[in-house]
Amino acid sequence: MGRYVIRRLLQMIPVFFGTTLLIFLMVNVMGDPIAGLCGDRQCDPATAAQLRTEFGLDKPVWQQYLTYMGNVFTGDFGTAFNGQKVTELMGTAFPITIRLTLVAIVFEIVIGISLGVVTGLRRGRPVDTAVLILTLVVISIPTFVTGLLLQLLLGVEWGVIKPSVSPEAPLNELIIPGLVVASVSLAYVTRLTRTSIAENTRADYVRTATAKGLPRRRVVIRHLLRNSLIPVVTFIGTDVGALMGGAIVTERIFNIHGVGYQLYQGILRQNSQTVVGFVTVLVLVFLAANLIVDLLYAVLDPRIRYA
Amino acid sequence: MRGATHVKWAACAAAVALAATACGGGDSGGGGGGADGIVSSSWGDPQNPLEPANTNEVQGGKVLDMVFRGLKKYDPKTGEATNMLAEKIESKDNQNFTVTVKDGWTFSNGEKITANSFVNAWNYGALLKNNQKNAYFFGYIDGYDKVHPETGKATATKLSGLKVVDDKTFTVKLSQKFSLWPDTLGYPAFAPLPKTFFTDHAAWLSKPIGNGPYTIDKYTKGSSMSLRKWDDYPGDDKAQNGGIDLKVYTDNNTAYTDLTAGNLDLVDDVPASQLKNVKADLGDRYINTPAGIIQTLAFPFYDKNWNTAGAVKVRQGLSMAINRPQITDQIFQKTRTPASDWTSPVLGADGGFKKGLCGKECTYNAAEAKKMIEDGGGIPGGQLKISYNGDTGSHKEWVDAVCNSINKVMGNNKACVGAPVGTFADFRSQVSQQKLHGAWRAGWQMDYPLIQNFLQPVYYTNASSNDGKWNNKQFDDLVDKANAESDKAKAVSTFQDAEKVMVQQMPVIPLWYQNGSAGYSENVTNVSLNQFSVPVYEQIKVK
Repeated sequence: MGRYVIRRLLQMIPVFFGTTLLIFLMVNVMGDPIAGLCGDRQCDPATAAQLRTEFGLDKPVWQQYLTYMGNVFTGDFGTAFNGQKVTELMGTAFPITIRLTLVAIVFEIVIGISLGVVTGLRRGRPVDTAVLILTLVVISIPTFVTGLLLQLLLGVEWGVIKPSVSPEAPLNELIIPGLVVASVSLAYVTRLTRTSIAENTRADYVRTATAKGLPRRRVVIRHLLRNSLIPVVTFIGTDVGALMGGAIVTERIFNIHGVGYQLYQGILRQNSQTVVGFVTVLVLVFLAANLIVDLLYAVLDPRIRYA
Repeated sequence: MRGATHVKWAACAAAVALAATACGGGDSGGGGGGADGIVSSSWGDPQNPLEPANTNEVQGGKVLDMVFRGLKKYDPKTGEATNMLAEKIESKDNQNFTVTVKDGWTFSNGEKITANSFVNAWNYGALLKNNQKNAYFFGYIDGYDKVHPETGKATATKLSGLKVVDDKTFTVKLSQKFSLWPDTLGYPAFAPLPKTFFTDHAAWLSKPIGNGPYTIDKYTKGSSMSLRKWDDYPGDDKAQNGGIDLKVYTDNNTAYTDLTAGNLDLVDDVPASQLKNVKADLGDRYINTPAGIIQTLAFPFYDKNWNTAGAVKVRQGLSMAINRPQITDQIFQKTRTPASDWTSPVLGADGGFKKGLCGKECTYNAAEAKKMIEDGGGIPGGQLKISYNGDTGSHKEWVDAVCNSINKVMGNNKACVGAPVGTFADFRSQVSQQKLHGAWRAGWQMDYPLIQNFLQPVYYTNASSNDGKWNNKQFDDLVDKANAESDKAKAVSTFQDAEKVMVQQMPVIPLWYQNGSAGYSENVTNVSLNQFSVPVYEQIKVK
């Protein structure tokens, strides 16, 4: 196990450098960011040159990348164009997005898995069909439609929530946005759990457990569910990374100043420092989530062992 | 076994936490209006650090407008520059000015405002090493080329044209005659700065201190700013509300939704997609007034195909081929007005706006347009490409409409096409590096309500925003002459003569004047927009 973890951690290094380099190149290809700083007029050449030197944009790309990576290892992610440190931006954006992601994951786990278990055990019954149709609807509607619709109905028409989340983004204001972010994944979790449960109900160990006279609750939760969770955990694990980076649309709709907002702003302003910094952290989150998922396998099913 | 128990516990704990917070929410203030007279307003994240000489866009400008007062102030209704902190600004030759600062003004931290507060601020703004994006505002002052050379390092740290005489007086020597110069001093870049700006810059940036009707109470970068009325403000434009809460919106659609839900008092940028509903949603609480912004199509004069005698006719023909009224009605829902000169209606007739100055060259006339373009040798390269940035501002729609209009006139579906560029920064860098060889969308938002500002920085030879590199001696001479004129009416009419040169040359095609649009809630009254399309915050009253 220990060797496996170390090998995985070592594998992260090339992935980390590769992704950051790619992002760095992509942002650079978009052109000169200083040109956009002065609005519809031209920056005066002397100031523009000065700014370029300050942000290190006058050097060749490879040198910019090396300097950047060098700084990253000392914890310096550079400065955004509005004079704020990127680490400062991260400090405000990540907690908010992490909260949003947590809300979404909780929804996925609680609602998704329970619905999955219920429908898996009652395959072909009306409940099963109803949930299947419901999840199909959720999957086929894009999140921005769900988001705008919920915002209009709950926020404007019925006044249950505020249409926009306040800058501090407390947990209670994130429930609806969290549900929106989670919606599609939630439907997948339901379907995955359902299939997995339905498959395993006929497994030998379930029959054995039932034959031993164990109470049904215990059979379902300890025996059936635990073994059926492996694909679901894989999905939720990879979803953590996807949710954090992919909440851009939902964050825009509900005015959440999280990672998505900062990334969007960074891309619009071609601020490579912001974009690369945030993506770097997201890559790390993704890698860590994947590692944790792999380690969880062993907990769920002791037969799976990594040497 | 252990693992499963843990998972269950975590899930339960999370569910409980979620339920608890869900129950205990809903009382955290924020909302609209309020008993203490606070107005909540939409905001965008300022692109640059908030310093007077470094702020060149509306969002940061909004704040400066509330926190600072300069020597002059533009009347929000008429646009006229009236004395604010200036007792008097005198000149005998339109080149050497003596400025006297009024007594009794202080910064909100109690520091007295003296001639030094201005001179130090201006020297800071002009100096190359401070990276101020509005440095060029000080370009008329003598010695600017020393503190801000076009290349290389500065050889002086102070503008030689600025001299402090005593606590209340300083003199300014310009490098050329410029009769309207005192009227430019209402721009925020010319604001005075307190000592702490220079001594503790970082602290000042995190919470700017100024001398305007509001003070900054709380500033969370990137998300919100609370401004409160400054009770000891000595000016006569005191705030008529308790304060302004600016809230950053990632999307102006969300701000608009918040306004309709009663969570926000003021939105100063109604999204284009909502223009159809705005009358039904807000009724009289929707403002649509002219702003000092004109939109144009610019051409590359560095490309010799566009710099020929024939091309003049082509440009005039293209201008006549654009059906401005139709586009402003259908695409912009009348939030733009067809342009017929190169200034803006906010200047007023006295200030130099002249409706119809451009005459038939800016009026839709399909038959004549086609003839002109063909007489001039056709569109260079056979096709007009109009470049624009695709990321913001929904430019695609109107560029397509303009092309459609031209294509119809030419009877050729490929005579004009839109050429989108991914981001604004990339678009701007292509423009400034002279990479474009067709037309591109251009626009000019005035710095101060003067006809000079609509012409000189944009069309004068080698001027800072003359992106197309147009040059015309006759035009330049008229502008110089106008600047030397001491009589304002005479200066304005000379500037208009210069504009007439543009009708004959059509260096850029004027398209339309942009309006400012805003909407407000039932909680507030007396909301208006000034000529810069910024709300006149201090006049807003809370019911």
